[in-house]
Amino acid sequence: MKSLEELQAIRDRKKAEINNRTTGENNIRIIVGMATCGIAAGARPVLQAFGEEIESRKLENVTLGQTGCIGLCKYEPIVEVFVPGQDKVTYVHMDAKKAREVITSHILNGKPIAEYTYKE
Amino acid sequence: MIELSLNILDITYNSIRAGAKNIDITVRADFCTDEMEISISDDGCGMSEEMVKTVSDPFTTTRTTRKVGMGIPLFKMYAEMCGGALRINSEPGVGTTIAATMKISHIDRPPMGDLGQTMTTLIGASPATEFKLNFVSDGKEYIFDTKEIKETLDGVEIENVEILSFLREMINENIENLIGGKIL
Repeated sequence: MKSLEELQAIRDRKKAEINNRTTGENNIRIIVGMATCGIAAGARPVLQAFGEEIESRKLENVTLGQTGCIGLCKYEPIVEVFVPGQDKVTYVHMDAKKAREVITSHILNGKPIAEYTYKE
Repeated sequence: MIELSLNILDITYNSIRAGAKNIDITVRADFCTDEMEISISDDGCGMSEEMVKTVSDPFTTTRTTRKVGMGIPLFKMYAEMCGGALRINSEPGVGTTIAATMKISHIDRPPMGDLGQTMTTLIGASPATEFKLNFVSDGKEYIFDTKEIKETLDGVEIENVEILSFLREMINENIENLIGGKIL
């Protein structure tokens, strides 16, 4: 079973790591809607998947955030991606698998996945 | 909501928005009496008596107050649907406690689900807030307290994804160990 001793080992490793994470206006922002509508539709594992991908791929220029209800409850889980200098991309009906695809296609290769975006 | 831990996540966001510095989440599951209680207690801004009366009703509240919506009505519905009740105690300037009781074996009761992920999602949403989870079952108790974790971390950010993933597993393993094979 995981214990605080193990956490200490992770802490010591983290302290030794050089933190290259950048903060500022040039960061890509990924925002997940976490209101009642989003949570009920499955936003919690979506947020988790983005967090895991950003951590494991060491994406130091990407920040992950949470927000409330965006007003399109029937399209939840909704994820907004802000790439500096580009139009905002709104992904709808997201799940953990789609989140990982957005990381590889949109964030890493600069190709938004049109199929998953919001269409009026 | 397909998991009670999602209701907990949803209700606890209200506490964060109420400016709470300390949020205590208690899950009590007594398998011998077949009763469970989930309570979320905060030291946020609290609500007036009038507000407490209206928060359980989605139709009178959503149109007038943006910060109240379906969260509490849904939680109340689950409690009442599963042989229990929802209780709200609140005082302006002091804080709010929301508690739901349920019959563990009730056929309509959603499973508890990933409580660890609920806790780490909350920490990610508001790392400065102190969260405490008390999980009590048949006289045994597991306490997860971000104050203790932050002391152990000694300046390393608690909202770091690797640390959150570790904490999620630690919480879930401890709960599983505590209830020992029973299903909640």
